[in-house]
Amino acid sequence: MNITLNGKPCDTNAGNIISLLEEKNYRPELVAVEVNEDIIAKEGYRAYSLKEGDTVEIVTFMGGGEEKDTWFLGEHEFSSRFILGSGKYSLKLISAAVEQAGAQIVTLALRRANQGGMANIMDYIPKGVTLLPNTSGARNADEAVRIAKLSREIGCGNFVKIEIMRDSKYLLPDNQETVRATEILSKEGFVVMPYMYPDLNVARDLKDAGAACIMPLGAPIGSNKGLCTKEFIQILIDEIDLPIIVDAGIGAPSQACEAMEMGAAAVMCNTAIATAGDIPLMAEAMKRAIEAGRKAHLAGMGRVLFKGASPSSPLTGFLREEN
Amino acid sequence: MAYQEGMERIDTDIPRKVINRMEAYDYHVYTEKEVKAALAKETCGIEEFEALLSPAAERFLEEIAQKARAETRKHFGNTVYMFTPLYIANYCQNHCIYCGFNCQNKIRRARLKPEEIEEEMEKIAASGLEEILILTGESRKMSDVEYIGEACKTARKYFKVIGLEIYPVNAEEYAYLHRCGADYVTVFQETYDSDKYETLHLSGHKRCFPYRINAQERAILGGMRGVGFGALLGLSDFRKDALAAGYHAYLLQQKYPHAEIAFSCPRLRPIIGNDKINPKDVHEAQLLQVVCAYRIFMPFAGITISTRECERVRDNLIGIAATKISAGVSVGIGEHLEDEGSKGDKQFEISDGRSVEEVYHAIEQAGMQPVMSDYVYV
Repeated sequence: MNITLNGKPCDTNAGNIISLLEEKNYRPELVAVEVNEDIIAKEGYRAYSLKEGDTVEIVTFMGGGEEKDTWFLGEHEFSSRFILGSGKYSLKLISAAVEQAGAQIVTLALRRANQGGMANIMDYIPKGVTLLPNTSGARNADEAVRIAKLSREIGCGNFVKIEIMRDSKYLLPDNQETVRATEILSKEGFVVMPYMYPDLNVARDLKDAGAACIMPLGAPIGSNKGLCTKEFIQILIDEIDLPIIVDAGIGAPSQACEAMEMGAAAVMCNTAIATAGDIPLMAEAMKRAIEAGRKAHLAGMGRVLFKGASPSSPLTGFLREEN
Repeated sequence: MAYQEGMERIDTDIPRKVINRMEAYDYHVYTEKEVKAALAKETCGIEEFEALLSPAAERFLEEIAQKARAETRKHFGNTVYMFTPLYIANYCQNHCIYCGFNCQNKIRRARLKPEEIEEEMEKIAASGLEEILILTGESRKMSDVEYIGEACKTARKYFKVIGLEIYPVNAEEYAYLHRCGADYVTVFQETYDSDKYETLHLSGHKRCFPYRINAQERAILGGMRGVGFGALLGLSDFRKDALAAGYHAYLLQQKYPHAEIAFSCPRLRPIIGNDKINPKDVHEAQLLQVVCAYRIFMPFAGITISTRECERVRDNLIGIAATKISAGVSVGIGEHLEDEGSKGDKQFEISDGRSVEEVYHAIEQAGMQPVMSDYVYV
């Protein structure tokens, strides 16, 4: 019989919609069908009999609208590029900060529980946010592994941010132990996010050890000094095929923006917000700066005008035409 | 194309990535905009490299050369390394239609005896050179691995740096040659277009494209310090071949960050028995473009400019992007020997016959520092 399919004449042997879809190689679960301008419900595809002269439209989705710009930690997809730390706040302000930051990931530290069900930070973090326990307090890989496993037992998933410090003055991460902990925890099925001092060789070792991303520090933690390690972070961005998340040291939105312009996948920040005058407002400012930096990176940075004089003795003057 | 008996297979995805990237490379889509953006970037990635190799970049050759020179200066200062090739045998089992050594070509064949190799090396060392590149035709039968190994051992007595340009071998054999004293291996893929490759390499082990393309990785696995890459520009689409050679080197360096990387940039030259070959589409400007693109993409890599190019081109390229230049070159067999002169015919016509001393002075004249070697053997 002859029908009109998507605007074109079509000969078919199909008696109902389901056999028409099969005959023309459409996947029923991915299409919507209209017959003579009536939308047919999916469960009715078998029952609906086609007849001579019907006009059938079969539609499906294609890419359209705003392109999504997401990133991955292991299998997990995120759209926000702002990871918020949760230390140094009064609990009541955390919720507002997370909301204004638009953060999808919030870090937490594990501590001994208070007796008697006192206020718990978990009650203040909005639902749907991925919790990222860190291993702060660990002085070596074994302690970090123990903290990670305890955190997982609380039941907030497989994510862990490894922080291992054996220096109580500057709190600089111990790269060597971090590689070791990463290897152990990734084998145990954790999504491992190692905080590290930006060193290319260590970053490669972390990748080989199964890290889901690399989290180089911009400056000593809590210092708000910005991208002191900029050149080295740029090397990691250029060379390591994993998300690079700038962690520690970001003290101002302009610094977060710069990290994103450089091609960082995300920025993690805590002190800059927790110590700001208006916490929710700074959270929002930081969020916008991160978004601006990301867009600038995607757009491709404009040129910088060189002040140097144009060459007086061109390098290409020696070239000759050959036969 | 098929692997032949005795050819080692290694587990690697690098060739597939290189070929996919090369096939997807459409250099006509690049415009002034992408070229300018590539020039403005501080670090050059693969996309920028692609832009710099495009026809649109030709109009920016002066700017590209300026940037290349700045990168060369940053990484190498004003030094230029000197070396000479030593051809110890010209027997070949391959039939590569563009090469003077090909097994169908009627030329005088020779293989130097160990004492002749030593005599040649002694003479070359007396010229002041400290780096030597040992070459053979590609005949496993006439120049077996042990023979080459013995040449390396002799070379260790006279030179500080030993490179090899021989037929591809297995990782274990590279390890053996490394123990004999060789540290660098260069293998020219000639062209990365496997269809074209098949029409140019009519017979012999060289016909096996995949075995050749994995040679550098096997050399690294065998413990060699560094590997050299090169497409013979003009055999096929030179832009695609240059892209593939660069990306090939890039991926290997990513996988083996300790490996030293070098490029050679030969163009086709006339050979005995076929004087019609001409570097038709790779003129000097395109050669310069490719050399500079390699430099900007991998600023730390060594770039060698051979005597296939003339004095004028070579002297200018070392001021811009090349870091290594040969001198006192002979591409025949036994040409340094005192008594009888050449024993075997040469591979191609050279365009720069200057002695070591002449090249040394030319480098100095250009305000640069000739370096015989800066290498600690470990």
